[in-house]
Amino acid sequence: MAGLLALVIGLLVGCGVYLLLRARTFSVILGIVLISYATNLFLFAAGRLVTNQAPLIGAGPPYADPLPQALVLTAIVIGFAMTAFVAVLALRARGEFGSDRVDGEPREDGP
Amino acid sequence: MNHLLILPLLIPFAAGVGLLLAGRLSLRAQRWIGGVATAALILVAIRLLGIAAQGEISVYLIGDWPAPFGIVLVLDRLAALMLLTSALLAGGALAYAIGGADRAGQGFHALFQFQLLGLNGAFLTGDLFYLFVFFEILLLASYSLLLHGGGAERTRSALHYVVLNLVGSSLFLIGVGLIYSATGTLNLADLGGALARLDEDARPIAAAGGMILVAVFGLKAAALPLHFWLPHAYSAATAAVAALFAIMTKVGIYAMVRVLGMVFGHGEGMLADLFAPWLLGAAILTLAGGTFGAVASSDLREMVAYLVIVSVGTLLVGLALGTGEALSGTLYYLVHSTLVTGGMFLVADLIARGRRQGAAIVVGERPPRAGLLALLFLIGGVALVGMPPLSGLVGKVMILLAAQESPWMPWLWAAILTSSLFVLVRLSRTGITLLWSGEPRPGASPAASALIAPAALLLAMSPLMVAFGGWLTGYTEAAAAQVIDGRGYIEAVLNQRPASPLRPTSPL
Repeated sequence: MAGLLALVIGLLVGCGVYLLLRARTFSVILGIVLISYATNLFLFAAGRLVTNQAPLIGAGPPYADPLPQALVLTAIVIGFAMTAFVAVLALRARGEFGSDRVDGEPREDGP
Repeated sequence: MNHLLILPLLIPFAAGVGLLLAGRLSLRAQRWIGGVATAALILVAIRLLGIAAQGEISVYLIGDWPAPFGIVLVLDRLAALMLLTSALLAGGALAYAIGGADRAGQGFHALFQFQLLGLNGAFLTGDLFYLFVFFEILLLASYSLLLHGGGAERTRSALHYVVLNLVGSSLFLIGVGLIYSATGTLNLADLGGALARLDEDARPIAAAGGMILVAVFGLKAAALPLHFWLPHAYSAATAAVAALFAIMTKVGIYAMVRVLGMVFGHGEGMLADLFAPWLLGAAILTLAGGTFGAVASSDLREMVAYLVIVSVGTLLVGLALGTGEALSGTLYYLVHSTLVTGGMFLVADLIARGRRQGAAIVVGERPPRAGLLALLFLIGGVALVGMPPLSGLVGKVMILLAAQESPWMPWLWAAILTSSLFVLVRLSRTGITLLWSGEPRPGASPAASALIAPAALLLAMSPLMVAFGGWLTGYTEAAAAQVIDGRGYIEAVLNQRPASPLRPTSPL
């Protein structure tokens, strides 16, 4: 399970970084979203991977760690707000530059 | 438990939420609320500095949960100094904004208060994850403040700033996750002990987490090569916002002092001097890059933005040296550079308003009241270059003296002194071009005294920092000793008892 999770996180970060380096705001936002998903999974794994265990000390040695879950919840909320903000900002940039290029150039050629 | 500790968070939070909920208040009412809240914040910060100066570390348990399980606010000398610096800077920036810049868009005063909430929270928190949360609060407010006034140039620089910082936030979380998986705690006091006791095989994970945090804080501090967002963002922002942002890079420096200096530096483990070589290299690069940028820029506001990077480089030198003497110099220079660059952004805006050529550094018209503006520019310039008799000299000499014992000493001295020389030449030429040459502009309305006063007040902190230099350097020395030792912080946090004893709850 750990190997699979690591693979998924790595794939998400790889795709995220690739999209982040594109010149259009839409792909950049998608890249940020993918990276933040990967970050949340990573944070979740920081409390060790256990299944079907209560987050209670005393119920046996392999207990689920509740703290990373709380951290992930907070990170999701913050990431959601930030994504909404950057999406609105990208729309505004599209309106002001007349193109969706991140450098604000009005050219429409190229990816 | 001292309830005064929560006020730096409650005051801006209440004012910000009140301004939002009250909806369409008149601008006059908004200014009153923002002004009163910021003034109250300055008073609270002075009181807290008085408490911290006695050497005791105050701890506030939020919700009365004992550390390391609950969230704590911790006030030591370093936190109190940062609180007062940011409150004073905010006072100057807000006074300047009330002079007219807050008309340019809605919600300026609410956002300004939320920015202060994020800053104060970051300085006071005793928990690594809450450092992240307060960083996000101050960043979200800064994104909107940067856009204040609108325009394509601001949108472009804000887009870059936001995207870079969102990636930085993800990295921050990854660093936090690594450190948590190695140590099982995020409380800064608890972390200090846990990192020093770490097993051999868990150390690389914690070290990797620490290195990622170096990158994140370096991005916030605009250390080379992570500085590309700063010049555009700061020169595009409204002057009052740019002045407030002078503290933003210093938040990165503060986080480095707190997390890398105090938490990772605690004890004698392998992690203690992991970061120093990286920081020294980054410091020299930052000094060089900032100086080149300042010399090459053709816009006054952009030049001041590059001077912010130069000051970050100087601070990184002191931070990387890591001795008590160096850290003391760093803290002194941090206060000085924050207030003076904040004032310089305001002076740059005053000059740009009075000329048809704006902030472009070309011979053109002299702004009205050029004599007064030239005096302010001279004070700011002398302070930033580090010439006698102003505070820049004191800070730089403290850092240079501390660098004497380092094997890197020739490089550090050369970098700091050469950079100062180039900045001196650049500032002199700029001052001559903008304020001495050229004809006075006919028929221009002179800058209002209400706008000059905040700039003058911020710059006047520099001579004040020299006049009270003995007391202030004594304070920074004690603050640096407190941070480097770290034991007082750990004991104060972990030994703080809740106000009411914990009772086992009866089973349902």
